[in-house]
Amino acid sequence: MKQTQYMNPYLAGFWLGIVLLVTIFITGRGLGASGAVKSVAVATTDVVAHQYASHQPFYQNYLGPGKEPPLKSWLVFEVLGVLIGGFISGLLSNRLKAMTESGPRVGPKVRWTFAVLGGILFGIGAQFARGCTSGAALSGMAVLSTAGFVTMLAIFGSGYAFAWFARRLWI
Amino acid sequence: MGPFVPTFISDELSLVIALIIGIAFGYVLEQAGFSSSRRLAGLFYGYDFTVLRVFFTAAITAALGVIFLGYVGLLDRDSIYINPTFLWPAVVGGVIMGAGFILGGYCPGTSIVGAAIGKIDAMLFVLGGFIGVLIFGAMYPAIHTFYESSALGPLEVFDSLHLDQGIFVMGLIAIAIVAFVVTGKIESKVGGDSAPVNSFPIKFHVLAGAALLILGFFVSQLPNRTDKVLKRVSDSGYQATHAARAITTDELVFRLVTGNANLKIYDLRTPKEFSDFALPRSENMTIKDLFGRTAAAEFSKVHVKKVLVAQSDEEARIAVLAMQELGFQNVEYSKGGVSAVQQQYLGTSPVVLASSEQQAVTEYRYRASQKLRDLIKQEKSRGSGSKKAQKRVAGGC
Repeated sequence: MKQTQYMNPYLAGFWLGIVLLVTIFITGRGLGASGAVKSVAVATTDVVAHQYASHQPFYQNYLGPGKEPPLKSWLVFEVLGVLIGGFISGLLSNRLKAMTESGPRVGPKVRWTFAVLGGILFGIGAQFARGCTSGAALSGMAVLSTAGFVTMLAIFGSGYAFAWFARRLWI
Repeated sequence: MGPFVPTFISDELSLVIALIIGIAFGYVLEQAGFSSSRRLAGLFYGYDFTVLRVFFTAAITAALGVIFLGYVGLLDRDSIYINPTFLWPAVVGGVIMGAGFILGGYCPGTSIVGAAIGKIDAMLFVLGGFIGVLIFGAMYPAIHTFYESSALGPLEVFDSLHLDQGIFVMGLIAIAIVAFVVTGKIESKVGGDSAPVNSFPIKFHVLAGAALLILGFFVSQLPNRTDKVLKRVSDSGYQATHAARAITTDELVFRLVTGNANLKIYDLRTPKEFSDFALPRSENMTIKDLFGRTAAAEFSKVHVKKVLVAQSDEEARIAVLAMQELGFQNVEYSKGGVSAVQQQYLGTSPVVLASSEQQAVTEYRYRASQKLRDLIKQEKSRGSGSKKAQKRVAGGC
């Protein structure tokens, strides 16, 4: 079966905006993604290297006394939902397929290396900015927060600034 | 009035809602094509501007929705989470993330949907994000001073730019539409006939853009509900036809000294004036606080008499009219406010005995003043009556 076309971008944007608005209306805050990765990383460290985590101030911000267990957080459940929702969409549009996508001039190994590297940078950057493209930039813009607009401009501005150096990866 | 977490919805139910919202979020992201790293990276090379279209449209839709729901009084904008601005950490974090975007081809949210449909590069990106958190955790002691620096609080962008909210939103829509047009041209130049912009009818989008501009114009002109109601009740024509209920100083003090429990005073003076001298059973608020959710819960208690005092009777009267306009009952203002109580009961003004009636009043006021002083002393030692912090939803990503 041929995979179906992507949704019209403006329509997709409208629906994404509605999902975000409903989220703000019900919960009083926006969507997120990197927060869940952080929760999983913190919880894993706590299990694997409890001694280390209990001495590190960063982990104590989330594991200290009186804190909810990091995995029982709103964002972890939301991101579980994102996995399910993405899967359903891929299933309905015939896009479920184990594959690696890369630019025409690089092979999968290069692509994998840079995917990990990009993820690491995002993992670090999202801590500094207290959120990623979803949690800080998009959700912040929806509530017209200064932080949202600053983060958005910094992410995309920097993306364009580095694009020339990374062009071999994509074009 | 939204938001419903944490007031009406328990923590456990909120996790179920999180899952459902996540499903919708993931579905839309995947349908938009955000599971493809090449498509995402296209934004930076001019061959595919889908990200820009989706991202801008979503932000504007949600922002207009927030403004509209706030205007009609369905959403308490003072209770929603405005992510606080830590200026330099946000810039540095954004720059690092931008580099991560161009090298990794994803951002965290999109990598999750990519992984969901089987993209191996997306799974590795998620793994990278996990490692990144650990690295940040290890660096944290060294950088945490910077991490906490330039904390400016939950700023709103139009305030930061010294612009009216409506003008800012209109400008944002205009920038978005210009960006849509320009990037469409770039895309079709770079990608030719196969460019995404050529896969949908352009005429329809011009109409949609125009409709958005018009809709945005109206929504952005909406004042928030507080301003709307205050403007309405401040009008002299309105005040001629609507009377604000009032309570005399004597009755107010009588109710206080006789220990009438169904009385609550809202003091709209400045926090400084309030801490210098406050009436018993009073709480310091601003007139805007009266429109918030905390006040709404207290003002809906019909059996409690809500007495407003302010710097001037005029201000207190407007506040009462506004509360009546919102449908709250048993709201009155105290004529003469706090200073009248001070003058008539706690002052040292000479006693003039002209008639026996006045003498009776004076005697009564003298006895009441003793009790009133005690009450004020008690209240002060308890340290109550201070301004309640407006309960905001806690956020975090």
